[in-house]
Amino acid sequence: MIELTDVSKVYPGGVTALDSVNLTIPDGEIHGIVGRSGAGKSTLIRCLTGLDPATSGSISVDGVDLGQARGAALMKARRSIGMVFQHHNLLDSRTAEKNISHPLEIAGVPAKERKRRVEELLELVGLTDRRRNHPSQLSGGQRQRVGIARALAAEPRVLLCDEPTSALDSGTTRQILELIRRLRDRLGITVIIITHEMSVVREICDSVSLLSEGRIERSGALLDVIQDTGSPLSKELISLPPTAALRPGDTLVEALMAESSQLADVGQLFSLLSSQGLDARVEAGTIETIQGRQVGRLHIKPTTRAEAEQIAAVLRDHGIHAELTTGAEVEAERAAHEEDDARAEQQEENQ
Amino acid sequence: MSITASGLAAATPLASGRFLDNPVFHNQLPDAVLETIFMTAATAVIVAIFGLPLGILLHNLGPKGLSPNSPVYRVVSLVVDIGRSIPFIVLMISLIPFTRFMVGTALGWQAAVVPLSIGAIPFFARLVENALREVSSGKVEAVKMMGASSGHIMRQVQVREGLPGIVGGFTVTVVALISYTAMAGAIGGGGLGALAYNYGYQRYQGDTMLACVILLVIIVAVVQWVGDRVARGIDHR
Repeated sequence: MIELTDVSKVYPGGVTALDSVNLTIPDGEIHGIVGRSGAGKSTLIRCLTGLDPATSGSISVDGVDLGQARGAALMKARRSIGMVFQHHNLLDSRTAEKNISHPLEIAGVPAKERKRRVEELLELVGLTDRRRNHPSQLSGGQRQRVGIARALAAEPRVLLCDEPTSALDSGTTRQILELIRRLRDRLGITVIIITHEMSVVREICDSVSLLSEGRIERSGALLDVIQDTGSPLSKELISLPPTAALRPGDTLVEALMAESSQLADVGQLFSLLSSQGLDARVEAGTIETIQGRQVGRLHIKPTTRAEAEQIAAVLRDHGIHAELTTGAEVEAERAAHEEDDARAEQQEENQ
Repeated sequence: MSITASGLAAATPLASGRFLDNPVFHNQLPDAVLETIFMTAATAVIVAIFGLPLGILLHNLGPKGLSPNSPVYRVVSLVVDIGRSIPFIVLMISLIPFTRFMVGTALGWQAAVVPLSIGAIPFFARLVENALREVSSGKVEAVKMMGASSGHIMRQVQVREGLPGIVGGFTVTVVALISYTAMAGAIGGGGLGALAYNYGYQRYQGDTMLACVILLVIIVAVVQWVGDRVARGIDHR
């Protein structure tokens, strides 16, 4: 179990990067930490690994306090966390197998045992035939798989992934996420994935935290977080594409199908509406299957205001969150979101 | 000084009378080549032994090192820069008492090794520092995360990953050394520089000058070729 209690980090310049962060991640869970750039994700990682100790608070992994560990104890504690980086950070001078055995060399594992373990790991990540290749001779996905194997070599209890798929294309991303999930299932490790990609969270995470200005704004099981309609994280996880044909005065029903929905899929939603004689058009919609459940957000455009209220009532009766909104509101929300994005980008450029 | 070899030869009353038919070629040239090679090789070994650790020290005391310490870094950096900024000929002459103390004499190629080493160690150390700075901090952090000691990180990450750059820097240093040996030769260090100066210049022997120039070019080319080959062989980027 990973437990962060009141973790704060203040940099010498007086900048508060983390502001009493509390987080508990149970064993065997895949937890996503999302947030814009500048939200404190990198700082959180540096604190978790002890590369840059927290100013106050405690970070414990399986009962060992990383925040207080120094010297040899810190070196030992670090071995309980395997880390996967965005840019793999493999040593170019070493072959795939030598990179994987590196943590074992440092831990003083005898050569024979190392060989056996590397063999196992190469098989686990499906790179047995690439063992003697240097990183420069491997594709981006293969490098990341070597990085994962290396992170797991010393049999850590926790796998910490810092933007593991941000430098990969979508097909490779899926492969890597699939691999991480398979490894969790097989080895029972706890995984923390830091990412800015909501698709990564939807695809693989059991639970998620939103980090904003150094604070955990929302944290919980993935479906719970999506269900929480008031949370900005819910809107980010299941976001709607922009609709061009919206006029400010248009009335819309925004429907969120999530855990509490009594309908199995969106098809049922439409048959329900038409059976009630409600003729509605879907203006925009996003449907995802998360942990085996269909989850979606829809903008339904009725012909009249009265019809809108009727539709919302019918949906609510079936456990679907529904609220009325207008074209103007949708537009304003998107503008605010874009402004946030622009600001985050600006910040990134300044750094 | 742009005097062509043939122009010199025409103006030179040679003992043997003919260009390229010069007893210096048999009597002095082979020894001079060996002296230049010995001088360079001995200095190169000393420079590698002292320059590499000094470069590693510089890098790790610096802002991107393992244990940044800016006051100490500034002091070491200053010493290195003083060493690099003194013109070699001045350094050599001012070091004569020290050379006598170390080797017992200020003459001969063995004596020349002392000022050559002292001149080249700071030069190489800076190049090592640059090569280590090229190693990404991500790699260092990744290995730090494995619980590695600083010594391990220096050897296995910084030096090993920076090795192509270090070898390149060493090649540059050795090439520079060869040109310094010629200068050392002029004040009693022996080697091809001494031959070129004493016979080619003082006695107007254009053929000796030409032979020295060609041999120096060949030695430099061989060093560069070997350096490039080695660097390519260990570079897996």
